[in-house]
Amino acid sequence: MSATTTRTSPQGRTRATPKAAKQGSRARSASVASTVVMIVIGLGFVVPLLWVVLASFDTEASLSVAWPDRWSLGNFSAIWNAETTFRPLLNSLILCGGATIVTMCAAILCAYPMSRFRFKAKRPLLLTVIFSTGLPITAIMIPVYSLFVQVNLVDSMGGAILFLGASSLPYAIFLTKGFMDGVPVEIEESAWTEGAGVLRALWSVVIPLMRSGLAVATIFTFVSMWGNFFVPFMLLLSPENLPAAVTLYTFSSQYGQVAYGQLAAFSIFYSLPVVALYLFLGRSLGQGFAAAGGVKG
Amino acid sequence: MTTDAPPVAARAGSPAPRRRRSHLGDRLTLSRALPMVPAGLLLIGFMLGPIIYSLYLAFTDSAIRGDGAAETSFVGFDNFMDAFTDGDFWNAVGLTLIFTVVSAVIGQNVMGMLLALLMERANRVVSFLVTSLIIAAWILPEVVAGYLLYTFFASEGSLNTLLTSVGLPAQDMLFTAPILAVSFANIWRGTAFSMLVYSAALSSVPGDVYESAALDGAGPVRRFRSVTLPLMRPAIATNLMLTTLQTLSVFGLIFIMTGGGPARQSQTLPLYMYEQAFSYGQLGYGTAVALLLLLIGAVASIVYLRLLPEEDKR
Repeated sequence: MSATTTRTSPQGRTRATPKAAKQGSRARSASVASTVVMIVIGLGFVVPLLWVVLASFDTEASLSVAWPDRWSLGNFSAIWNAETTFRPLLNSLILCGGATIVTMCAAILCAYPMSRFRFKAKRPLLLTVIFSTGLPITAIMIPVYSLFVQVNLVDSMGGAILFLGASSLPYAIFLTKGFMDGVPVEIEESAWTEGAGVLRALWSVVIPLMRSGLAVATIFTFVSMWGNFFVPFMLLLSPENLPAAVTLYTFSSQYGQVAYGQLAAFSIFYSLPVVALYLFLGRSLGQGFAAAGGVKG
Repeated sequence: MTTDAPPVAARAGSPAPRRRRSHLGDRLTLSRALPMVPAGLLLIGFMLGPIIYSLYLAFTDSAIRGDGAAETSFVGFDNFMDAFTDGDFWNAVGLTLIFTVVSAVIGQNVMGMLLALLMERANRVVSFLVTSLIIAAWILPEVVAGYLLYTFFASEGSLNTLLTSVGLPAQDMLFTAPILAVSFANIWRGTAFSMLVYSAALSSVPGDVYESAALDGAGPVRRFRSVTLPLMRPAIATNLMLTTLQTLSVFGLIFIMTGGGPARQSQTLPLYMYEQAFSYGQLGYGTAVALLLLLIGAVASIVYLRLLPEEDKR
């Protein structure tokens, strides 16, 4: 009862005091509460990440997050060889780098006519592209595998690159066309009047003007391929072809007893490139992506 | 889609200079469509081809070993009938729905919205650090995320260390409720996407709308329900659709954490499909299950598209 009276009495007085002061204090307490909730959520998210960092420096790492008794680089040196680490990472680079090049070249070429010319099928074509971005690739992997067996492409790096490239293409076309629409046509027109051809105008006028957008699309494509497990898991078989995503899975099944410290160290090596790319691009990676893809789908 | 509008308007406004010597804004001719050929071939060969082939494969007894391997024959709707009468199939459908609703529709969406709202109010440094962590969880490769959350939920894992250190009873979720463990894992991994979508959408809501609502005496909850939510409806519907489709096809995360087990208790449709097609070698049957998975995704998309406001639907 007394609590309510003490609460109502300042309320009564606010009639005299400026309203802004009350709102200011309320905003401040909301800010403090928000910060506290944010920290709690952050703690929930950080624990698994903390495990992989701490365990990688602990040769006797267990499943639980723990401060290493002795900090050591033993795990890193144990996997510091071609067979465990470098070849899978190189394979990942060939697979994802190759597929990213395939995707981005095809996407830029395809986006240009879609962005610059008029045609009746434009809207249906764009809608088809948008809908196929939502197609769950997991659901078509069995027929893809079956087809690859028939044309003898299973376990071929080239085949996996082409499929991975094609599977990222709808989204890359959608993103690239969006960025290309943002390049004003007028600048290009002067290139046209000076006699530049289609490819020339695209290469020396349009592409330089959409560099930052292309960087976002390229890095996003690469990062999502780098993390892909199911496609190389299905399409590549022989150990010398396997990318890091698949060898990390065989890491635990191969030797029975799992050396968790080494697994953590390998996970760090494998994750470093995408984390570095993310740091390089900053939030524009996520935000450009979310703004382009999520909000105005 | 909306990005088409300005060039069209410009074209309509100034037709004369455009027609003079420029070719831009002109009709697409065969030679101008030539750059689209590589993308077209890739999409037809590697996307459309397999989809059409799956429509055939699902009606055959194609297999890796046994009868269907030597000579594939047409079996009509047998694969679908087998699926509908198989208890394991319905188990997988149920688990897929639980997984999708708990981790995507509720988990990622509510968490993403909450974080987007918190980001606007919380201390800047804290919210930068926390959102960086959340985005890091999203950017990590799927297999790495699978291992990290396996160790987190394992009986000797981090979660139990934390629980017992504060005197709470230990859990063994990977065995007692594996579908919840993988759902939480998917929330951990996927929240960043919803958070970024919603924070982009929130920042496009003009501030004076809130001010006038506040002047009219609307409290924070009322403002959220009557101002923010309606304005964000397109973003919410699109985000729900995208996260649902992503979650329906999650394979690696569950495969690493539980492998679908124990005793099929976390075997969602992609894992069931994989088991049938590759462990048991029944490619035809696995493809039929994959088509049913696509059907679920299509139905969900249609439902979400109906949530979109009329003017955004086109």
